[in-house]
Amino acid sequence: MPESFQLIISLLDSTIRIATPLIFCAMAGIFSERSGIIDIGLEGKMLLSAFVAATATFLTGSPILGLFAAILASCGASFIHGFACITNRGDQVISGLAINILASGLTITLGIALFSRGGQTPPLASEQRFMPIEFPFLDEMSYVPVLGDLFVEVISGHNILVYLSVLAVFFTYYVIFKTRFGLRLRAVGEKPEAVDTAGISVIKLRYQSILIAGMLCGLAGAYLSIAHGAGFGREMSAGKGYIALAAMIFGKWNPIPTLFACLLFGFLEALGVRLEGVELMWIGEVPVQVMQALPYVLTVVLLAGFIGKARAPGAIGVPYSKEG
Amino acid sequence: MRKFIQLFTVAIIAFSASILSADIKPAVIYDMGGKFDKSFNESVYNGAQRFTKETGIKVMEFEVTNEAQREQGMRKMAQRGANVIVCVGFAQADACDKVAKEFPNTKFSIIDVGWLDNANMRQYVFKEHEGSFLVGALAAMASKTGKVGFVGGMDIPLIRKFACGYVQGAKAVNSKVEVYQNMTGTTPAAWNDPAKGSELAKSQFDRGADVVYAAAGGTGAGVYQAAADSGKLAIGVDSNQNYMHPGTMLTSMLKRVDLATYETFMDVKSGNFTSGVKVLGLAEDGVGWAFDEYNKPLITDVMKSTINGLSDKVKSGSIKVHDYMSDNNCPS
Repeated sequence: MPESFQLIISLLDSTIRIATPLIFCAMAGIFSERSGIIDIGLEGKMLLSAFVAATATFLTGSPILGLFAAILASCGASFIHGFACITNRGDQVISGLAINILASGLTITLGIALFSRGGQTPPLASEQRFMPIEFPFLDEMSYVPVLGDLFVEVISGHNILVYLSVLAVFFTYYVIFKTRFGLRLRAVGEKPEAVDTAGISVIKLRYQSILIAGMLCGLAGAYLSIAHGAGFGREMSAGKGYIALAAMIFGKWNPIPTLFACLLFGFLEALGVRLEGVELMWIGEVPVQVMQALPYVLTVVLLAGFIGKARAPGAIGVPYSKEG
Repeated sequence: MRKFIQLFTVAIIAFSASILSADIKPAVIYDMGGKFDKSFNESVYNGAQRFTKETGIKVMEFEVTNEAQREQGMRKMAQRGANVIVCVGFAQADACDKVAKEFPNTKFSIIDVGWLDNANMRQYVFKEHEGSFLVGALAAMASKTGKVGFVGGMDIPLIRKFACGYVQGAKAVNSKVEVYQNMTGTTPAAWNDPAKGSELAKSQFDRGADVVYAAAGGTGAGVYQAAADSGKLAIGVDSNQNYMHPGTMLTSMLKRVDLATYETFMDVKSGNFTSGVKVLGLAEDGVGWAFDEYNKPLITDVMKSTINGLSDKVKSGSIKVHDYMSDNNCPS
């Protein structure tokens, strides 16, 4: 295998690993925002569920239980968000921010109280994590040029949550665009009055969609701490929730374009890691800061000039009340 | 009369307490990592424990959980009568400086800081480049591919100092060695991003590196995990982290902050406290490399004797390891 091809393969492999939590979170964002609820709290929900996943897995020894606990915790946070801004019609951005701040403080405080390790959870053993799955026929495939290598290095050898994230995209697409529930969900995000007049509960629909968002965030958090990583570290979500939000806007609240936006951002980060300190032709050494800022800059530039206006759901950010 | 007796007893108790407090009352302000971070802070804790064990004097402690608490914690300790306070880490420099000026009669000792100027403050600086030099040499010897990696936390001169020493060490035993360097980020979040650490390590493995040294705080855990998952070698930092992944932890670069803590308390106790900057290097046993039952199978006799030889040369001064922070430059 030539070296440049090897580099591309490792780049793609890393792209998928980095993009997975972004995909889960962005899909969560789509569910929530399509129903008219802004979800700044993706970051906090992911962080909280990462902590709960690692803690539950460490205490029970089972990553499956850890995963369920993470989903539960994340749904709990979603519920708080819902209670504040659906039931009590509070400001959605503020409630989301509150969840981020709560998660950031709570995970560290609980972590110190439980494990006295400065907010980290004890490292997990291999059997307590979702480990990479090797596909069958790897040996046979490795004789096939190019495609074989792609299969062996890029497609195979990820943990179960990576494959689940791809399923989550199709699930989101199917539910939002092909089911009655999805139609109502979109309607509630555009014109909640219309849905209400049709005799469907706006409140119930919005709660349902943010709970689905909670589940997806739980998967993202579990991926960070018990699949890709081996334990929780303070602030380990490191802004991924915001990147996912950018990806969602970039993808115009549509699951398939959003998937590609997530992969693009993952690719940029993977590239940044490999470009650091490397001299490029014509340009010279690219500063790390440039690579780190690129996802945000790209979102702004591309939205402003190239892909046209990203139209948010009509009723987003507006609490619904029957009195109008 | 009864009231008088009561008052009298209280006065006696208060008086005896004040006699006791005339003795040494030490305190430590642990930083964000927490007392049991298996690294920097825990090493300080071990030093404090040793002092308590040997003298029977209890050490007051405070663990900060956010930046704002540093100054409050130090001031509280000083108000509660602590007469020597150890500030842990360069992040506490500003707070420690401020509180030291407010309490000129309290003694302060700060680790990893050498630029403050207070008559009541001792500052400890470590020659991390010398310790990194040794583990760099070890990495180059253990590498089969002739390529080794370095993952730093936040991109600051202190971490460049680690990297620079590491490169010099690797080059000292294999002049053709290739060293890949990555910094995790440019904000304090870079100390706590194990996922990024693991990606950085994997990218270095993909390029052929088979030993990686992490000086990156909590991010390091991701690096060590990545090495364990891919069957490569990793090098720990600050305290002995060999036990974390026996079999894939080649060694750890030790920084004896426990020694600094212990020495500070002992000097105050014996009345030998001095202010100014103390520099601890290989010669003072302030830095070194870890060798224990966990990494014994990985270290051959040849490696060991080579490292000890290099160590002696650094101590005697016949090898001078360049300090990045002296001119913000690393000779290549």
